[in-house]
Amino acid sequence: MSEAAMTQTDIDVAIQLIGMHKWYGEFHVLKDINLTVERGEKIVVCGPSGSGKSTMIRCINRLEEHQQGQIIVDGIELTNDVKKIDEIRREVGMVFQHFNLFPHLTVLENCTLAPIWVRKTPKAEAEATAMKFLERVKIPEQAMKYPGQLSGGQQQRVAIARSLCMNPRIMLFDEPTSALDPEMISEVLDTMISLAEEGMTMICVTHEMGFAKTVADRVLFMDAGEIIEQAPPQEFFENPQSERTQLFLSQILHNG
Amino acid sequence: MAIVKTERHEDLPPPVSQTGVIGWMRENLFSSPLNALLTVVSIYVIWGALSSIISYAFINANFVGETREDCTGTGACWVFIKARFGQIMYGFYPVEERWRVDVGYILAAIGLFLVLSDFVKNKKWPAIYTFVVVPIVCYFLFYGGSFGLEVVETSQWGGLFLTLVLASVSIFVALPLGIVLALGRRSTMPIVRMLCVGFIEFVRGVPLITVLFMASVMLPLFLPEGMNFDKLIRALVGMSLFSAAYMAEVVRGGLQAIPKGQTEAASSLGLGYWKAMGLIVLPQALKISIPSIVNTFIGLFKDTTLVLIIGLLDLLSIVKAGTTDKEWVGMATEGYVFVAAVFWVFCFSMSRYSIWLENKLHTGHKR
Ligand SMILES: Nc1ncnc2c1ncn2[C@@H]1O[C@H](COP(=O)(O)OP(=O)(O)OP(=O)(O)O)[C@@H](O)[C@H]1O
Ligand SMILES: [Mg+2]
Repeated sequence: MSEAAMTQTDIDVAIQLIGMHKWYGEFHVLKDINLTVERGEKIVVCGPSGSGKSTMIRCINRLEEHQQGQIIVDGIELTNDVKKIDEIRREVGMVFQHFNLFPHLTVLENCTLAPIWVRKTPKAEAEATAMKFLERVKIPEQAMKYPGQLSGGQQQRVAIARSLCMNPRIMLFDEPTSALDPEMISEVLDTMISLAEEGMTMICVTHEMGFAKTVADRVLFMDAGEIIEQAPPQEFFENPQSERTQLFLSQILHNG
Repeated sequence: MAIVKTERHEDLPPPVSQTGVIGWMRENLFSSPLNALLTVVSIYVIWGALSSIISYAFINANFVGETREDCTGTGACWVFIKARFGQIMYGFYPVEERWRVDVGYILAAIGLFLVLSDFVKNKKWPAIYTFVVVPIVCYFLFYGGSFGLEVVETSQWGGLFLTLVLASVSIFVALPLGIVLALGRRSTMPIVRMLCVGFIEFVRGVPLITVLFMASVMLPLFLPEGMNFDKLIRALVGMSLFSAAYMAEVVRGGLQAIPKGQTEAASSLGLGYWKAMGLIVLPQALKISIPSIVNTFIGLFKDTTLVLIIGLLDLLSIVKAGTTDKEWVGMATEGYVFVAAVFWVFCFSMSRYSIWLENKLHTGHKR
């Protein structure tokens, strides 16, 4: 079974979830998830709270363990093999809702830590790369500050830069803007859009429908641990097939 | 019509209502009749206590002389401390070898200064010097037996010297061991976790005196014939393990205060368990635990006095032994006051250092 899946895994496939299930104790959080993400594809995941969106993308870099089915990232299947997990984590960047910057390190140190300790990049080189990415997210002047001294939007952009410093091939975003004040959302979204334009493979859990319309190749709707519907954004928003999707869309479009 | 402000307000210094001594006193000490009354009563009490302490310890005290008979004033007889000063500092360490202890002090002081102060930014070499070189050199200095140094058996060690040896060895063993135990207690491996929980709960559940007693009396019963540890080493093992258990719980408290997101962020960047712990979680956990860690150090420092139960002559026991000397009957007060003062100086310095360190490591909005 595993071998068959491996041969299917083309170079062009970045992430593949095959019949994946997950339980929290007795609670069946993810039910038969099947998803193939091609290299360079941008996927937006939405759905009501508690539907398992975070859990799904956290399974992709093994922050959560799945119990059944297969997850293949970059041609490597996720098993209990710690080496493989670390290998995948190096290639997959993740941005969290609450930034999770390291408060005891400066912005620059946040960005250079993993390259230096994981990739063994020389310090000077790591710092140069970090400055390049901080410039890209438009906050090079904050490099020597501590995260606690930055605004939420700036912190989230540092978090994105920190991930990019590892040169990931895939980026996962878990509601990157939902802890931010409205005026800061667009600065983070702009960064993500420019990343998308450069061809990064991205999976974003977000309720920013404007963002979904501009960058997504596909929008996924999840409910109660299942992927209910997936379609290109135009189709998804204009002509949702399932009733639950219609209900969800009418709710968020009303409020938003 | 809209109102638009065209000129910018200039920056002004803050109001000066609280300037001057008089202003400060009026504001803080005499703001209301009750406050004024409390101030007066407090000053009276403080003055009463301070003046009697000062007159006992300084004004009416006796500093000169050799024997008890020289103490004619009504205050403290510091002649007692002076006459036994060598013993109080070094125990029965031979007088002509005491320079070795002093050299050890100087080496350790230099190391501690480099590691603890802010003068050297890169702490790698100072840390290696202080935590590796100094202990080894001090062992050979204090114990001797090589490099042409005469052996000084640990039974001759005593006084403040012994107290400092006990305290520093247990502190330097307890912290790393405590960290390992705390990590073990949070481990996902059941065997490791059970071992750590078992050790911590057992050691925490018994008084230090019994640990010392067991280490010194019962341990030799279990060990094979001829394998007999030095009494000091047994005391050191007992104290280190005891404080490690406490330290483990302090560190665990700090670890629990670090949000899960920190480990997750570290993992998502590809850092393994040890790197995530060493670079991300522990630095933050130890930083917030500084007050409790130093609290444990201070407790440990004072607990070294319990070694008198197994017959080691630390600072307190040697002074106490001195007061039972026929020639110095009735000097107990002086002895205990002096011991208290010495302990206070060390503990207070640790406390001040921890406050300074906390401020230095603060990386929030304050800086
Ligand atoms: N560690 C856990 N233990 C038990 N149940 C959990 C755990 N984490 C999440 N859950 C449950 O799993 C379900 C899915 O959670 P998840 O965080 O993936 O939802 P989500 O779609 O991301 O929701 P939100 O939009 O609120 O972030 C929820 O019902 C949640 O209560
Ligand atoms: Mg979520």
